Amino acid sequence: MDDLPTLVSEARNAIASAQSVAALDEIRVRYLGKKGEVTALLKGLGKLPHEERPAAGERINQAKQTIAVEIDRKRETLEQSALNSRLAAERIDVTLPGRGQPSGGLHPVTRTLERIEGLFTRIGYDVEVGPEIEDDYHNFEALNIPAHHPARGMADTFYFDATRLLRTHTSPVQVRTMKEKEPPIRIVCPGRVYRSDSDLTHTPMFHQVEGLLVDEDVSFADLKGTIEDFLQAFFERDDLSVRFRPSYFPFTEPSAEVDIQCVMCGGDGCRVCSHSGWLEVMGCGMVHPEVFRHSGIDAERFTGFAFGMGAERLAMLRYGVNDLRLFFENDLRFLRQFA
Amino acid sequence: MKFSEQWLREWVSPQLDTQAIADQITMAGLEVDAVEPVAAVFHGVVVAEVLTKEPHPDADKLNVCTVNDGSAEPLQVVCGAPNVAIGQKVPFAQVGGVLPGDFKIKKAKLRGVESRGMICSESELGLVDDASSGIFVLPSNAPVGEDFRVYMGLNDSTIDVDLTPNRGDCLSLKGLAREVGVLNRLAVKGPTCDSITATSDDTFPVSVEAPEHCPRYIGRLIRGVNVNAVTPLWMVERLRRSGIRSIDPVVDVTNYVMLELGQPLHAFDRDNLHGEVTVRLANEGERITLLDGQDVALRPETLLITDDKGPLAMAGVMGGEKSGISANTQTIFLESAFFTPLAIAGQARSYGLHTDASHRFERGVDPDLTAVAVERATQLLLEICGGDAGPLNEVKSTLHLPEVRRINFRAKRLRNALNKSLPQQEVTDILQRLGLKVEVTEQGWDVEVPSWRFDIAIEEDLIEEVARIHGYNNLPVRRPVARLALRANDEARVTLSQLRHQMVARGYQEAVTYSFVAPELQATLLPRAVSPTLANPISAELSVMRASLFPGLVRALEHNLNRQQTRVRLFETGLVFNGPLDNLSQTPMLGAIACGSRYPEGWTGEHKEIDFYDLKGDLESLMELGGNSQAWRVEAADHPSLHPGQCAKVFYNDREAGWIGTLHPQIRAKLGLKVDALMFEVRLDALSEGAVPAFEPLSRQPEVRRDLAFIVDETVPVQALLDVATQQAGEYVKQVKLFDVYAGKGVAEGYKSIALGLTWQHPSRTLNDDEINQLVSAIVAQVRSEFNAELRS
Repeated sequence: MDDLPTLVSEARNAIASAQSVAALDEIRVRYLGKKGEVTALLKGLGKLPHEERPAAGERINQAKQTIAVEIDRKRETLEQSALNSRLAAERIDVTLPGRGQPSGGLHPVTRTLERIEGLFTRIGYDVEVGPEIEDDYHNFEALNIPAHHPARGMADTFYFDATRLLRTHTSPVQVRTMKEKEPPIRIVCPGRVYRSDSDLTHTPMFHQVEGLLVDEDVSFADLKGTIEDFLQAFFERDDLSVRFRPSYFPFTEPSAEVDIQCVMCGGDGCRVCSHSGWLEVMGCGMVHPEVFRHSGIDAERFTGFAFGMGAERLAMLRYGVNDLRLFFENDLRFLRQFA
Repeated sequence: MKFSEQWLREWVSPQLDTQAIADQITMAGLEVDAVEPVAAVFHGVVVAEVLTKEPHPDADKLNVCTVNDGSAEPLQVVCGAPNVAIGQKVPFAQVGGVLPGDFKIKKAKLRGVESRGMICSESELGLVDDASSGIFVLPSNAPVGEDFRVYMGLNDSTIDVDLTPNRGDCLSLKGLAREVGVLNRLAVKGPTCDSITATSDDTFPVSVEAPEHCPRYIGRLIRGVNVNAVTPLWMVERLRRSGIRSIDPVVDVTNYVMLELGQPLHAFDRDNLHGEVTVRLANEGERITLLDGQDVALRPETLLITDDKGPLAMAGVMGGEKSGISANTQTIFLESAFFTPLAIAGQARSYGLHTDASHRFERGVDPDLTAVAVERATQLLLEICGGDAGPLNEVKSTLHLPEVRRINFRAKRLRNALNKSLPQQEVTDILQRLGLKVEVTEQGWDVEVPSWRFDIAIEEDLIEEVARIHGYNNLPVRRPVARLALRANDEARVTLSQLRHQMVARGYQEAVTYSFVAPELQATLLPRAVSPTLANPISAELSVMRASLFPGLVRALEHNLNRQQTRVRLFETGLVFNGPLDNLSQTPMLGAIACGSRYPEGWTGEHKEIDFYDLKGDLESLMELGGNSQAWRVEAADHPSLHPGQCAKVFYNDREAGWIGTLHPQIRAKLGLKVDALMFEVRLDALSEGAVPAFEPLSRQPEVRRDLAFIVDETVPVQALLDVATQQAGEYVKQVKLFDVYAGKGVAEGYKSIALGLTWQHPSRTLNDDEINQLVSAIVAQVRSEFNAELRS
């Protein structure tokens, strides 16, 4: 009984020097277990005189408590350090690249077309497509370009025979849609078009997006508003200057070319804009009554506007691509830049 | 159309500098391509007279001259030009002057003889591009000592306008000046030319057999002309500034009048004309040798100028070689005609020709100009070459001349079109200055279109004219208003965009290849394909429409393999073209090609090459997007460009929808590809069809799983075995999973082991062992009987 302080001090020493949770368990058994030394002391209480028991019991319990707390504290320490060493051992190099298939990417032209479609479909336009091998009627006649019209010289056409050809623009889709649907019509028509031209700045195939809006009371002002909004949204520049120049397309009247302030130099003049500060980006105009006539739409009641742009041209300006031909070489080193 | 600014300013001269004029007409729809000085930068050049000329003592080809440049003393210069002669007026670069290219003139010694300045040629002054031989000899009345730039009026610019095909009326100074006049609200004045009084009675008979193509034809004889006269310098310069070289005074005058007024003219040598000049269509088998030496077989729809001996000229396009003016010409027959645009349109191009005349006639030449132009040309010819003009011999068919167009132009229509009310006075003024006859009415204007405006026929054309002159950028801007109507949206449908993005997620880069391919490549890959061939391809390499996406993808793969890219994954979407033109299908497809390692080279040490199943996995991921993958099936089949043992036809709802496989090793070798390539292509319409999800309640009952392994002949397709197992597994089977395919040790040669994991679950009760055992027995029995299979112990 009088050895109790010694016992506690021995236990403390043992706990302090324990190196593992297992060793600690042994210590717990030795002192606090059923046959442990402290338990034995408690069992020995009965041998004490009745009046001494409470005080002795309290001292023993205190000692038991002390040892138990010490053991718990030590256990926590040991567990923590065991965890720490496990964590340390399991450390990996998180900078190593991840496993599996890397992502690919869309072609810059598709990326551009999707963007353009997105801008227009969000405000209620539908996407329409059409055949690429077209007939003379849809590609020319219905668009107010009769045979021998000088405008046929504007687009060098690939022919299969006298009447069948590769479409030179996406405008035939306009005609096909207007024949099928009643106004109001709001569509954009993206797609491949073909012209027999091949040099530094022309490829025999490229992409266009055509837009068409037909309704009652559509004016040139609506056309201007739509085009300005579109170009500012496309280039993400609220202050982008846009100007409209009179031009000529047989299927629109009045017709306009649209210039934007050069996005390369901000309008100061550079090689890209031939030092004019302006870049021609698209053509547009009010739908010609003759086109309405071919499509069965009453030109007195309905008016409309159409616009068309080259996707490669816009992609080049948006992403700074300086060589048109790169779009069709499909070089991975080029394509990967647009992922 | 190129023209000199000074020339324009003789007609109309707004208070604007050169660039401002260019900007103004650009913004009016006459797009200026370039503004360039008419001469390069140089100074210190004056008009001088050659006083003496002696051979150089030590050089055969040099002369020693003295010139008077207006300074006190004659100057000695050494000159190498063979054409230098005493008495000539010449441009003379003084010591201290600078020629184009920053070439400074200094005192020099040439072979020991002092030279103080330089007599210049046109090319040395940057007036012409080609290195012309000889010094530039000026007219004898050139004032000695005057600055050469001032004398020549070289402080001028050339403005080059790229006209749209509707504006044939602006292919002349007269037309351009009219536009500038309207834009600046200025009056326009041109050179005056009265009718020429005939001083001879000579005429040459003319008949027009095709008045519908040539409603107006005027011929005039001018006899006794000196065709060897010298074209005046001012005319040569104006032609040069419009990009036309001086030839001889007759050609120069016709060109000059064409530039000035817009009327192409042609001059024939009277002595080469026989009988009568007849305007008619070509006869079958007729030929003509053109001015440029080309011998052309004529088609019957070609309009000709002929005489009794045959074709003289292709009307409105080009003259013939034999009938033209030569140095011996005494009498000229001057032609001024109105050929209708439709008669000329397409003709020049169909013969591979394009001339200043055809360019104008195709677009429309003012029919009221025919006589004016011939009078103007006569006036100039008489001034330069002398001679006596005969009377005009005119053949005219009023019936066939373009009708005068009248348009009722409604103010309301104009206002609605532009969203702006323009003052009536402004509109009237614009229309009048453009040359329209205008009558103001209650509703707007009644207008009569002038003979030179072939492009104005309807109200919208007038709206454009008013808008253009008022300025597009001065018109209001608004946003269209529309009703917010919801539209149908097919939920089952998989969009093209989703499919593309799925390919991107699987590691593919999107390619865009030409829709036309090399016929040899297509024949190699698809020997049985029939697809349209272009009549006028850009090259043989791009002459036949692709019948499949494979040729383009193979080319793209090749391009990358040749550039050290060893791991390539490309896909493309687009139309393929199958069948003859009259029974053509234009089918949207999605195709892919891949080669190289399964994963990019990396640190994990996995270096397997991709195989058929990698590509099939990618294809299956597309099929699964729509949520109805059970509609798809593949079957081993033969495709000419694919490995016969690694090739499958893809079916959607039992319709053929595409192909997948490994590029045939023979074709690979033929194409020179060093690695295996895998490809697929599938119809986009099939991939786009999906299903709307249909919920099935979740069962709370436990699942039961049994694994079965069969030994079958190695040729048995796994799919067939899976199909049989699924059929026999009863209605509560949830899944039939293939979890192992094995051949090798423990399995006899020629056989394989196929391990299936079957899972059952009942919606409302626990399935008991007996039920499952019965189903398993049924599966085993059926598989055994159909495939001669053994259950693996």
